Amino acid sequence: MKRILVSLAVFGLMVGAAQAQVSKTMAVSVPTADHGWTGGVVFHAMEEAKALEKKYPGLKVIVKTSPDPAAQADALEDLSTQGIDALVVLPHDPNVLTDPIRKVKNKGTFVTVVDRIADDRSIYDLYVGGDNPGLGASAAQFFKKALPNGGDIVVIRGLPIPIDKMRVDAFNDGIKGAKINVIDSQFGNWSRDDAFKVMQDFLTKHPKIDAVWCQDDDMAIGVFEAIAQAKRTDIKFVVAGAGAKDAVKRVMDGDPMMPVDVLYSPSMVAVAMDVTALGLEEGIPVRGDYILKATLITKDNAKDFYFKDSPF
Amino acid sequence: MTQAVGEAPAAAPRRRMSVSAVAPFLALALICALGALANPRFLSFDNLTNVLARSTFIATIAVGQTLVITGGGLDLSVGAMAAFISGLTILFLNSGLIDNMPLLIVSAMVLALAVGALCGLFNGLTTTIGKIEPFIVTLGTMGIFRSLLTWLAQGGSITIRNTDVRAAYRQVYFGDLFGVPYPVLLILGVAVAGAFILYATAYGRHVRAVGSNEDVARYSGISVARVRTITYVLQGLCVALAVIVYVPRLSSASAATGLGWELTAITAVVVGGTRLKGGVGHIWGTIAGALILEVIGNIMLLSNLVSEYLIGAVQGAIIIIAMLAQRGMSASR
Repeated sequence: MKRILVSLAVFGLMVGAAQAQVSKTMAVSVPTADHGWTGGVVFHAMEEAKALEKKYPGLKVIVKTSPDPAAQADALEDLSTQGIDALVVLPHDPNVLTDPIRKVKNKGTFVTVVDRIADDRSIYDLYVGGDNPGLGASAAQFFKKALPNGGDIVVIRGLPIPIDKMRVDAFNDGIKGAKINVIDSQFGNWSRDDAFKVMQDFLTKHPKIDAVWCQDDDMAIGVFEAIAQAKRTDIKFVVAGAGAKDAVKRVMDGDPMMPVDVLYSPSMVAVAMDVTALGLEEGIPVRGDYILKATLITKDNAKDFYFKDSPF
Repeated sequence: MTQAVGEAPAAAPRRRMSVSAVAPFLALALICALGALANPRFLSFDNLTNVLARSTFIATIAVGQTLVITGGGLDLSVGAMAAFISGLTILFLNSGLIDNMPLLIVSAMVLALAVGALCGLFNGLTTTIGKIEPFIVTLGTMGIFRSLLTWLAQGGSITIRNTDVRAAYRQVYFGDLFGVPYPVLLILGVAVAGAFILYATAYGRHVRAVGSNEDVARYSGISVARVRTITYVLQGLCVALAVIVYVPRLSSASAATGLGWELTAITAVVVGGTRLKGGVGHIWGTIAGALILEVIGNIMLLSNLVSEYLIGAVQGAIIIIAMLAQRGMSASR
């Protein structure tokens, strides 16, 4: 009898201990800070991890960065082996990482995909992303308004991955009907150095360029430097995107060369982590697609998007 | 004895060397002719100076790499090292330690050179004293330098904050002397210095001797470790010189700075006729190699012949054809 009591007590203690520790783990897998935007992603992921751990004492958040798709596939396996309840992943190339992500999901893990969406949509529970076609469409809308009589423009693209194609396709659709000619288009790999090179060569090749669409604020830095060096005055404006603080500042200050910027904020990873945590910790049904708007940042609303302390 | 060992590898191929030394320049001339056909603007003064100035980073680094490879080593850390030194240089420029602007910029340059030399020294000593394969050592330091930059930048980018400093320093990349941009002068200076070291000094002979046969060099009294370590220090200095002209261009450094430069530099060295096995080095060939790589990219952009999706393939094919042509020219003699 005594023995039974003792073992019951021990059992009770064990259950109590187990209940006190219903700790859950959220893994966050993002690319290494290989350019400004991903740098912003890493910053926001780290900050949000700290904030979430404070808010939910039982929650552990692991942030892991990977330099390329293969390394990220390995990282997903390692994270999954450690035993995780939720995975928030911003994949390098979503189509390459489809199977590794599916493997994690098949173990019963809640999967949130951020920003880069794969063709196969069965691999995630929750998707949080910027509006990629919207980014192209917003920019196209502005070009039509700013060049009512048409004009010759050049396009500097990002990396050859699906989101770049979505943006460019939507942009090309958006300018259809207007007399805007894309006279050249090249990849700038979202790198300011590459964008500088590409723009220098565009300036050599084309004696008259009315405007530039370069998708990304990092690349805009290289573009502006190339234009300044060539002392060309035919370029009326440059439209980039992301909402980097230096770019937003230029828009806010009314720089005629950078009249607008299109929002595509790296802080979307924080939104994804927050919503995932809501589902995980509070049982709120959060499955679905969350698309953050590609707002056009103009001189009037720029102050709402200017974050002085962000590294990006 | 030392003399004999030093001369032996150089004397025999000297006659053939004259052809293989010219071959990269012939290939460059051929590619330029193609460029002129593809787009007449290719030969415009502005375009040529743009391309020359852009090739400075790779050309300068590749001269150092030529010395390292000739001495039987390899340095994979150069791109990451460039990023790291860029970051430190900009942080120093932002620190406001010195009020006098010219002095501030000159001090930043000296700091870059000192850090470059130290990074090179670390690579060199770990390879020679630590007796670890240079591939592994510099792969390790590649990761270290790049992470250090990412850490310094806190994942973002480091930018020169003071606009006056930015405007003054900008001249180092965009300014010119009698129409010749400063970066082009730097390429010339580094190439002349590199060629002098490799061909006209006892140390250069030792580098070639160590690279062609380490044991023979050691038996003839050459300190292999010292000779090799110095090649890495010189490489570090070359990287620092590249940084000195890189930083003023966009006034910032980020995790993307110098990405892949190590492979481009090694490619330039090999296209220039230097053997990866060591022992034979062609400084001027390396310069031609660096120019070839940059010019191909430029022509691809200027011509409308190639789809933006296929540029990489055509670049690769041209490099291979240029190498085959060189081989053909050398063999026909």
